[in-house]
Amino acid sequence: MKQRLRITYSVNGPLRYASHLERTRVWMRAARRAGLPLSYSGGFNPRPRIQVAAALPVGFAADEEILDLWMARPVGPTEARAALAETLPEGLTILRLEEIDPAAPSLPTRVRAAEYTATVETTVATQEVRRRVEALLGAESLPRQRRGRTYDLRPLVEGLWVEAERPGEVVLGMVLTAREGATGRPEEVLDALGLGEDFFRVRRRRLLLEPAAKG
Amino acid sequence: MVIPFDRLERLLLRVQRPGRYIGGEVNAVRKDWDRTPVRVCLAFPDVYDLGMSNLGLQVLYDILNRMEGVLAERAYAPWPDMAAALRETGIPLYSLETFHPLSEFDILGFSLPYEVLYTNLLEMLDLAGLPLLSAERDETHPLVIAGGHATFNPEPVADFVDAFVIGDGEEAVVDVVRAYRRTRDGSREEQLTGLAQVPGVYVPRFYDVAYHPDGTVARVTPNRPEAPHPILRRIVPVLPPPPTRQLVPNTSVAHDRGVIEIQRGCTRGCRFCHAGMVTRPVRERPLEEILEAVDGILAQTGYGEIALLSLSSADYSRIGELVETLAERYAGLHLSISLPSLRIESFSVDLAEGISRGRRTGFTFAPEAGTERLRSVINKPIPTGQVLEVAREVFARGWRTVKLYFMIGLPGETEADVAAIAELARGVRAEGRKIHGRRAQVNVSVSTFVPKPHTPFQWAPLASLEDILARQQALRKSLRGGGLKVSWNEPQMTLLEATLSRGDRRLGAVVRRAWQQGARFDGWDDWFDQGAWSAGFAQEGLDPAFYTHRARGREEILPWDHIATGVRKPYLWREWELSRQVQSRPDCRSQCYGCGILAAFGELWTPAWGCPQRDT
Repeated sequence: MKQRLRITYSVNGPLRYASHLERTRVWMRAARRAGLPLSYSGGFNPRPRIQVAAALPVGFAADEEILDLWMARPVGPTEARAALAETLPEGLTILRLEEIDPAAPSLPTRVRAAEYTATVETTVATQEVRRRVEALLGAESLPRQRRGRTYDLRPLVEGLWVEAERPGEVVLGMVLTAREGATGRPEEVLDALGLGEDFFRVRRRRLLLEPAAKG
Repeated sequence: MVIPFDRLERLLLRVQRPGRYIGGEVNAVRKDWDRTPVRVCLAFPDVYDLGMSNLGLQVLYDILNRMEGVLAERAYAPWPDMAAALRETGIPLYSLETFHPLSEFDILGFSLPYEVLYTNLLEMLDLAGLPLLSAERDETHPLVIAGGHATFNPEPVADFVDAFVIGDGEEAVVDVVRAYRRTRDGSREEQLTGLAQVPGVYVPRFYDVAYHPDGTVARVTPNRPEAPHPILRRIVPVLPPPPTRQLVPNTSVAHDRGVIEIQRGCTRGCRFCHAGMVTRPVRERPLEEILEAVDGILAQTGYGEIALLSLSSADYSRIGELVETLAERYAGLHLSISLPSLRIESFSVDLAEGISRGRRTGFTFAPEAGTERLRSVINKPIPTGQVLEVAREVFARGWRTVKLYFMIGLPGETEADVAAIAELARGVRAEGRKIHGRRAQVNVSVSTFVPKPHTPFQWAPLASLEDILARQQALRKSLRGGGLKVSWNEPQMTLLEATLSRGDRRLGAVVRRAWQQGARFDGWDDWFDQGAWSAGFAQEGLDPAFYTHRARGREEILPWDHIATGVRKPYLWREWELSRQVQSRPDCRSQCYGCGILAAFGELWTPAWGCPQRDT
């Protein structure tokens, strides 16, 4: 029986600038350097079995990302965590590593939404930002164009609030839907608020998962 | 002063692929800046994605960082979007390890593996805030040193580089750092005088070049006693231990894999091949050392692929055993093994099968020329029947795609030779169809031959633009049809490469003009700027045709004659004559032709060399 390890981790520093696929490969190599008994896919080009809950866009930091990693034979979670901590590059930090039921539903299918904070350097007064946030939340729909396709941003915004304010800077919090084919993007929200041209940094605070399926 | 991250971050979030500019790679070395007296930045004047795949830079990085009191960091050419962002914000080009501006290093060591990087060398110097011309820099600036295969003719960039390291860098780089330490408090002149005495180092300002009225070189004369003439290439008698703590990028790069050089040099003597002439003698790495190094590389990088580098894989004496051992030992890791430069013979098919693990992507052959006659001219004599036979075997063993590499514009090429390329490609396709029917695919890559310095073809003219275009057109017509795909080189880019390859010192001004007029990344189709170069030549009153399309005579002093690779000019001339008589010569492992290597370096001989112990 293959063992399935679930890893909760943060993304910072240089690893923010890697793409989703690149970061996945960074995990594979770290696991190989750690000497973990990885389980490989079949076919002519076997790859270590790894599944990341949700792609993290280039440039975003993250506090609590999740991935599953399969082992060909069981390893102790404590040992695996220690070994990986040794080999992970600067910017990836393990927060939790636990063994889970190999038959549990796949991670990407369980992701429902994601919470972000966006720190925006702007000359727009916080009072005005608050007003725009209220207006956005009060809107029926927010038709937007992305890559030549029109979609409605409003239903994807599950929550939006001003988290903090500092001179020249406003910190926004938001919860955006993150399902297959219905993904809210923080930069789109900022753009809808008229802050898209300002310099901003985004951090994904956590992923909101559906409760594990029963039975 | 270190570039603050906050300033950088603003750029990174607006350029393409920001991972190129942030470092943080596994196995990157960060030494204590303040406590390390000698600081070297190894610079690769091409984009990060390509530079990270360069083994030479990794070798030097490893050696320098092992030295007490020396640190080595890295920089690559920023893509034009990042270069513009750096200029706009006034941030100088910086190193990826500690984010120090390049101008704060003691030594900048540039790798110049190919000629079309010259404008990027200027771009990097400029982004670093340094004067471009060696003559305009002094001891307050870093020393700018360059090495790599293009520097066997250093003249086109002699104005910009303070000193060149000619040949193998592993030992020379240590000597260069030592010479610098002895003279670092002196003037730039004194520093360079110290460097000029390191074997294999060429300091261009210590040599005067005089020209005949027709533009050919009259003489190259040292202008001080410390400057040797000629400058003899450095070689390492035995390949030093390979680096195993190889840099592992976080972003994807061209060749994302571990690399080990299993052999340096080649005994085949293909007359067009620059690498084959300038890396003699053949030096094999012992099998046991390779196996141990592969183990170290995999453990320290986590790579799932390893490339065994050499100029001719099948010529490594224990290649079968090596591949078999690796395949067996790392079966559990699903290790892919890549073996470049396989020869057209059934043994190579066996080797490829041994590393394929059932995967049959593409099989690459390089017949180079279409007819047996022309293959004799270039000294790569393979019977056409053998090409077809090996192709049949490749298809029979499950490959559906064969890639064929050819050159047009080889010396003595006729229309019949060009027609034969198409014929051979169709012949290979016919073999494929017998086995795989319509699914058989033949990809034909046709490049244009560029005569290179220090080869038997250094005297040959480049084909005219009309001929190149006509031949490409002829092939385009005859290579139509299902199961055939052809790719080309942009002819104007070939002309530029040919000009720079055999250029003299006067081309420095042209390179500078072209750069000033926007030329960058000249090897990239999207960036190549023909206009900038044409204007540069016109402004300097130089004709590119003088460098490209002119046949040279035996007595002509070539602009690179003062750089001695160890291979003698009379030997190259003899090979040039034989080629014109359509005569090939077998591999020199079996018979020495006295190329000069043993005369130059014979006292370093070891049994790992491909040469017999004595010139015969």
